[in-house]
Amino acid sequence: MSENYNEIMQLLCDRLSSMTNTGVQVTAETNLISQLSIDSIKLLSLIMEIEDTFDVSIPINALADVQTVRQLADLVHKIKYTSE
Amino acid sequence: MNLLEKLDAAAAARKAMLPNGVGAFGVPIEEVYSATEARIGDRRVILLGTNNYLGLTFAPECIRAAHDAIDKEGTGTTGSRMANGSYSGHRALEREFADFYQCSSAIVFTTGYQANLGTISGLVGPGDTVLIDGDSHASIYDGCILSGADIIRFKHNDPSDMEKRLRRLGSRIETTLIIAEGIYSMLGDQAPLTEIVRIKNQYGCILLLDEAHSLGVLGETGQGLVEKTGLLKEVDFITGTFSKSLCSIGGFCVSDHPQLDQLRYVSHPYIFTASPSPATIASTRAALELLRKGSHLRKQLWDNCTQLYAQLQETGYELGPDPGPVIAAILDTPQQALLMWNSLLEHNIYVNLILPPAAPEGKSLVRCSVNAAHTPEQIKYVGDTFAKLYPVVTS
Ligand SMILES: Cc1ncc(COP(=O)(O)O)c(C=O)c1O
Repeated sequence: MSENYNEIMQLLCDRLSSMTNTGVQVTAETNLISQLSIDSIKLLSLIMEIEDTFDVSIPINALADVQTVRQLADLVHKIKYTSE
Repeated sequence: MNLLEKLDAAAAARKAMLPNGVGAFGVPIEEVYSATEARIGDRRVILLGTNNYLGLTFAPECIRAAHDAIDKEGTGTTGSRMANGSYSGHRALEREFADFYQCSSAIVFTTGYQANLGTISGLVGPGDTVLIDGDSHASIYDGCILSGADIIRFKHNDPSDMEKRLRRLGSRIETTLIIAEGIYSMLGDQAPLTEIVRIKNQYGCILLLDEAHSLGVLGETGQGLVEKTGLLKEVDFITGTFSKSLCSIGGFCVSDHPQLDQLRYVSHPYIFTASPSPATIASTRAALELLRKGSHLRKQLWDNCTQLYAQLQETGYELGPDPGPVIAAILDTPQQALLMWNSLLEHNIYVNLILPPAAPEGKSLVRCSVNAAHTPEQIKYVGDTFAKLYPVVTS
C-alpha cells in the first residue's frame, strides 16, 4: 500500500485511541462498534474530524459498510485519491 | 439474536436509561378542551407541548369547512393523487399555496414527512449529493436515504462549514442539493439563510428549505423564514407541513421551477399513498386563509414567546439561542429532564421530553411550544413554575 494509505491508517488509529479511552489497542482490524463502543453520534463527529483532517467529504451512507478501522481507511483513501 | 430478541434488547436499553420514564412518551390525552387545555389522567393541564402555533385547532371556520366537506365528499378519498384521489379541493389548495408563495407550482402531499421524502427523492438520486444540516429532521434524513444520493452533513447552522464541504465536492457541486430548515424543531433556532443563499448562489446549486415550524410564525404574512429574510425568490424549493400552524395533517412543496410538476410522476411518497381526506383539505384551506391574514395571531404568539423566553433565561435555564415558539430548556442528564417533566405535569403543565439520541449533542431537553392562544396568565404561571422548580431540578 502507498505512503498515503499508511498515513491515513496511522492517523485513524491515533485519533481513535485518544477518542475512546477504552484501553483497547487500536489496529487495522479493530471493530469500531463492538470493540470501541462508538455509537452513531460519536461516529458522526469522528467522521467530521476525519473529513477536515484529510480535506474530503465522506457521505454518511457510505459508512453503512464500515465496521473496522481498515474499512474506514479504505473509504477515506478511495474518496481522497480516486475522485481527484 | 433473532429479530424479536433484538427488539427486546433495544427495549431493555431504553428502560435502563430511565426506569420510570416510559410514561413520558405517548402520554394519553383523554379530552381536549381548547387549543391550550386538555385532560391527562385526572389532571386538567396547560398544553405547552403542541405545534399548534397559531392556536387554530378549534377555529370555527376550519371546523365548519371540515364538516361541510365530509357531508359533501365523504370521509376519505380512498386513493392516490395519481388515480382517484385528486379532488377539486386538492387542486385548489395547490393553487392557494402557489399564490401564497408567489410561485408557479405547488404539490400537496399526505403528510409533511412525505413532502420531504417525496421532494428530496424526486430531486436527487444515486450519484447526486445532498448537503444537509447536522440537526436535520428525520424526514429529511429518510428522504435522502430513499433517494440513494450521497449524504453529507455540515455542522448545525454553520455556513462556513457548509461552504467547506461544498467546495470539496468539486465537479459534483452541479448535482448537489442543499437542505436547511426555517426553524429547527429541537432548539427553536433559525437557519442563517442569508449566508446559505449567498453560498448556494456563488457555487450554483439548488436549495431546499423546510418551513415546517416557521410557516405562520415568521414574516408579515407568515410565509416563514423566506419572508422574514426577504429571500423568497432565492430559495428553489420550500417544503412544509399542515400539522403545525395549519392544525390538520398533510404537507406541501412549492417552487418557481416548472420541473416541480415532474415530481408527481416519479415520487413514490406522492404516488403510492392515499391523498388527504376531504375534511383535511377543507380545514387546511380555511386555516391557510386565517394564517395569511393572521398578523394579530403572530403578534400574540411572539408576545408569549418573548415573555416566556425572557423569564426562563432570567431564572437561569440554558436555552436555545433564539427566542421563538419552540423554547427548549437544556438539561445535563436524562434524569434531570425526566424529573423536570414529571414535576411540570404535577403542576398541570404538559411539555415535551426529549432524550438522547433525539436531542442534539447528546443533551436532554424539556421543550415548550408556545402558541398564540395561551393567555398572559397561563404564560406567567408556566414561567413561575419553571422558576420554582429550578433549584429542585438542577441541584
Ligand atoms: C422540520 C420538520 N419537517 C417535517 C415534519 C413532518 O411533518 P408531518 O407531521 O406533517 O409529517 C416535521 C414534524 O415533525 C418537522 O419538524
